[in-house]
Amino acid sequence: MQKPSAERAISDRLAAWFTDQGATLVEADILLPAETLLDLYGEDIRARAYMTVDPVQGEMMLRPDFTVPVVQQHMAGGADPAIYAYSGAVFRKQTHAGDRPSEYHQAGIEIFRRDMPEDSDARVFALIAQVLRDHGLTLRPVTGDIGILMAAVRGLATTDRRKQALLRHIWRPQRFRALLDRFSGRAPLPEARKHLLDRLAKGSPADLIAQAGTFTGLRSEAEIAARAQALTEDAQTPPLNAPEAALLYDLLSLEAPSRAALSHLRGIAPMLPAIIPAVDRFAVRLDALAAHGIDTETLPFEASHGRTSLEYYDGFVFSFHADDPTLPPVASGGRYDALTAVLGQGKSIPAVGGVIRAGLMARLMGDQILGDGP
Amino acid sequence: MIKIGVPSKGRLMEKTFDWFGARGVTLRLAGAEREYSGAVDGIDGVELVLLSAGEIPRELAAGRIHLGVTGSDLVREKLADWPSQVAELAPLGFGHADLIIAVPVSWIDVDTLDDLDAVAAAFRKAHGFRLRIATKYHRLVRDFLTTHGVADYQLVDSQGATEGTVKNLTAEAIADITSSGETLRANHLKILSDADIHASQAVLFLSHQAEWTADGRAILAALAKKLRVTVPKT
Repeated sequence: MQKPSAERAISDRLAAWFTDQGATLVEADILLPAETLLDLYGEDIRARAYMTVDPVQGEMMLRPDFTVPVVQQHMAGGADPAIYAYSGAVFRKQTHAGDRPSEYHQAGIEIFRRDMPEDSDARVFALIAQVLRDHGLTLRPVTGDIGILMAAVRGLATTDRRKQALLRHIWRPQRFRALLDRFSGRAPLPEARKHLLDRLAKGSPADLIAQAGTFTGLRSEAEIAARAQALTEDAQTPPLNAPEAALLYDLLSLEAPSRAALSHLRGIAPMLPAIIPAVDRFAVRLDALAAHGIDTETLPFEASHGRTSLEYYDGFVFSFHADDPTLPPVASGGRYDALTAVLGQGKSIPAVGGVIRAGLMARLMGDQILGDGP
Repeated sequence: MIKIGVPSKGRLMEKTFDWFGARGVTLRLAGAEREYSGAVDGIDGVELVLLSAGEIPRELAAGRIHLGVTGSDLVREKLADWPSQVAELAPLGFGHADLIIAVPVSWIDVDTLDDLDAVAAAFRKAHGFRLRIATKYHRLVRDFLTTHGVADYQLVDSQGATEGTVKNLTAEAIADITSSGETLRANHLKILSDADIHASQAVLFLSHQAEWTADGRAILAALAKKLRVTVPKT
């Protein structure tokens, strides 16, 4: 176990190195108003972040990451473009007994810049790759691009309602899959839904609501009737056409070295033309990564990488992993353009960033030094 | 000496006494009426501690009792990573109750989690806040909804009369334990068909945290033999 001071020293040194590369060092409050984070992540964040109650300010949260407060600072009047670096403790509840710390240091870098987003993606990735390598760590990178998946969904030949339902769950693979199975006709309609549709075909929603029993609750009859109407319409919507659905399933499981993945995507793009702009951006990013000295022939690409809850990435995503699969990623990051719009109150700016877990890095460096012994 | 914690009143206490009694271990109240003091006959070295069922998970986790009888729902709700803290020795076959999610009967368009999730998204758009689910089982309900990918909801705490929160407009749905469903029907609520969060019953638990001396293990082995339960290796 590393002493906390070693972890902090490494974290601060990483942030200092990022500032040498042109970043401005920023600080963020440790105690943050909970409301913004709850609005962003929903109830899931309560299981992961420490909540407390301030007598005046209401629910507060111990900083679970730096991205949200750094974006808020930037949107409140930062320079444009801007590069920020930071170093400090973050707090995450661990639900299982074990040696994963609930308080640990992160060093990170965030780039806010309107032009050449693929170059910013490549720069963040390359800087993190370099600093990990400079510390003697050999880690396995994984990359992905949620933008391609989102473009594929937006381009489906189906209703906006179905596309919105899929997009809303892009970060929840299980529910996304369940929706896709239903929209493509692979999963049958639940019995209760069939029964409801039969009854809606014979009577109005208002009649059915009246028959159901005493009305209670805040959700109004109009809201219920509107969804009933939507269900009737959705039942008349034909399933996704088979080739399109097959391409989407194929895309979800695509894992290949980056250049091979690009060829594959180029191959399917004529059948799914909506992804062409996103695939073009992927190609530009690979060239930018190559210009930053990254070997894009071997760089692993997984189309579903980064699709976990408590995330907000909507483009390039990456992480760096140690050999031990039980360890969390040593570094991770990605592009989060939509988040800046959510937090910017009308303003937005393309942004990309990444963090390094300094404590894990210290531990791995210690292991490697020990491993180098006789 | 090993300590066994048992619910201090009501049917849960009586049924627990019956279960042990049927296996030749007599648990009984001792001392004056209303005094929370118990005695154990039929085996040596076991001390009876009468506690509120809701506090037994905490006492097991702290290792202040070696064994305890309480609802499996309470252990899962109150103890993080519960299998690392306690072991289930035997389900006792009573105290059955299901933790479920219920919505107003007037929600004709809702029967499954898929529906609840879709309604939550529309509700948030229409009302500007996340759909409220009243419960006292925060951990169980949140883990369940996270696993099933439900979004745009919030849990609001309700320690009692949870079925009334919908009528009182402090929640849109509830997650609570039910055995017959009568209270739900009386409050114009219906159960989602695919949201069986946990089927609870009374269970005899063993504390990993308690101090298990050689003497204590010998007593446990003797007790386990009488009760016809298997003690897991620790």
